[in-house]
Amino acid sequence: MAALQEKFDAARAENRAVLIGYLPAGFPDYDGCIEAMAIMVESGVDVVEVGLPYSDPLMDGATIQQAVDIALSGGTATPTVLSTVAAIAATGAPTLVMSYWNPIEKYGVEAFARDLAGSGGVGVITPDLTPEESGPWMRATDSAGIDRVYLVAPSSSDERIAVVAGATTGFVYAASTMGVTGTRTTVGSAAGDLVARTRALTDRPIAVGLGVSTGDQAAEVAAYADGVIVGSAFVRALLDAPSRGAGLDAVAALTVSLAAGVRRR
Amino acid sequence: MALASSDSQERAGHFGDYGGRFVPEALTAALDELDTTFRSALVDPAFRAELDWLQTTYNGRPSPLSEARRFSAEYCGGARVLLKREDLNHTGSHKINNVLGQALLAVRMGKKRVIAETGAGQHGVATATAAALMGLECTVYMGEEDTQRQALNVARMKLLGAEVIPVTIGSRTLKDAINEAMRDWVTSVDRTHYILGTVTGPAPFPEMVKEFHRVIGSEARVQVLERVGRLPDAVAACVGGGSNAMGIFSAFIDDPQVQLRGYEAGGDGVETGRHAARFSGGSPGVLHGARTYVMQDEWGQTMPSHSISAGLDYPGVGPEHAWLHDTGRAIYEPVNDDEAMRAFAALCRTEGIIPAIESAHGLAGAMRLGRELGPHAVIVVNLSGRGDKDVETAARWFGLDGSSPEVAG
Repeated sequence: MAALQEKFDAARAENRAVLIGYLPAGFPDYDGCIEAMAIMVESGVDVVEVGLPYSDPLMDGATIQQAVDIALSGGTATPTVLSTVAAIAATGAPTLVMSYWNPIEKYGVEAFARDLAGSGGVGVITPDLTPEESGPWMRATDSAGIDRVYLVAPSSSDERIAVVAGATTGFVYAASTMGVTGTRTTVGSAAGDLVARTRALTDRPIAVGLGVSTGDQAAEVAAYADGVIVGSAFVRALLDAPSRGAGLDAVAALTVSLAAGVRRR
Repeated sequence: MALASSDSQERAGHFGDYGGRFVPEALTAALDELDTTFRSALVDPAFRAELDWLQTTYNGRPSPLSEARRFSAEYCGGARVLLKREDLNHTGSHKINNVLGQALLAVRMGKKRVIAETGAGQHGVATATAAALMGLECTVYMGEEDTQRQALNVARMKLLGAEVIPVTIGSRTLKDAINEAMRDWVTSVDRTHYILGTVTGPAPFPEMVKEFHRVIGSEARVQVLERVGRLPDAVAACVGGGSNAMGIFSAFIDDPQVQLRGYEAGGDGVETGRHAARFSGGSPGVLHGARTYVMQDEWGQTMPSHSISAGLDYPGVGPEHAWLHDTGRAIYEPVNDDEAMRAFAALCRTEGIIPAIESAHGLAGAMRLGRELGPHAVIVVNLSGRGDKDVETAARWFGLDGSSPEVAG
């Protein structure tokens, strides 16, 4: 559970924010995902978030839905996600999984936490699991020694933020806007307000996700948050590229720009 | 796996281990607001009076309980089958009961826009209707495949002023329409109420939708006691998400002598994998915000469902049904497409009633039950909707459109 905290501490010492990069496992295919993630880490991503592709991704917009469809059509399943984590964790970057709840429950709550830890994963972000439904998950993550990350949203009351922040370990994931994942032209003013309200209620690091896709947006968010989470923009870079090589180049260039952004707070 | 009961027993919004709220945090505040508004409305005489008034003067309640004499004699082993005529409601199905209640709640919360998912289109039509009545904007999400097989209802919604958005992702049916409606709701929740159309979804939807359909069972119970002088031996209903079944079951759950029978879509047959039989072919899991029985693969990915009936073509089921199933209070069985269509034809020709294909699954169940329980039995079937929307599908099935009849299976 220390790996994430060390990254946030180190970034704080450098007066910058942590850059967290997301791709779904199995997208564009098994090897392609690992290759792209390795390039992201080389180019400046501090923490990697591996998506577990799920058939009904309620929190995801069109871009990630498309990537998840590709991953599922390619036969991606929970064991391949765990081996993807193992490959990425070998780069040394702390590696999280982002998963909707049903695949974890189906795999077995304790087994998933244990096997993720065994693969070198450091934690799990669960976008549709609330602390109220988390009894077994809290015990499983504690016992496996991995972090569990919950979300707060602009609509969350202060009382609610306190509950979520109290249940979370690692960091609090602040959803920047009321909406689903996807690139946006502006990050929105709600994010700053949400981070300020959350900061007043917890000492945990706070990372902002949803809608960050450029270096300038990363800099804007890094001004008030401890971490910046980017997903759809990486997926977009791979989807739009005319070839595998061009996609990886685009991912590298995007990472460099975002990494500069989180240092320009 | 289901969570240990110590984690979820006797908690609000749960039915044993089932139900709950598995949603993005962004929706928690809206669900809390809905829960509070719903509970305050339930005990507000003015709200009840307004809803009752709409149910009577706009919807046409109470709906009759019809004797199905010829259907009983020819197809149900002589058992006395009584039809609860939800097909006679305004807009042609039970769906309007819930929609009127939720639309009033939307107004009470000050929301100017409602959204809905729809499979067969009956819930979408009911939502578009209530939105027109109450001056609300309305957007309906409908799987592209369903917009094609239920084209009449798409036209109805548009005539009523609703925007219909065909959903072109995933399996392009009800499941995906719910995903899209949820995504819309996360983005627009400050001014939008999501009128979920069945007893699924995160709390308080399952409980609330049942409450608004309770009128079906309450009326039926009084009607059958008056007519027959005793409670029925069985109550039968089709089960997609399960709202019409929860509505009629609700008044009989505490009467152990009344069998509760739910009929799921068996599609081409449970053994073929092309079906929507969650209890016969699914397992406990989480879908669309609730823990319930789900058609899923070994990794928890939702499996596509299949049924000739768009309204039953859904891989999940209401969590209270899951609880009724596990406790044994209700029994759920699959009815295949061909058996449902035989019941559809039988009711048309013996009673002069064209049922919705959804409801025909419940009628097929009554045919089985009647033969099982014998000529002295009394069976109430919820005739949840009328079949106008299904005429094209039925004509094709029976070869009345000039094509050769479809072979069952």
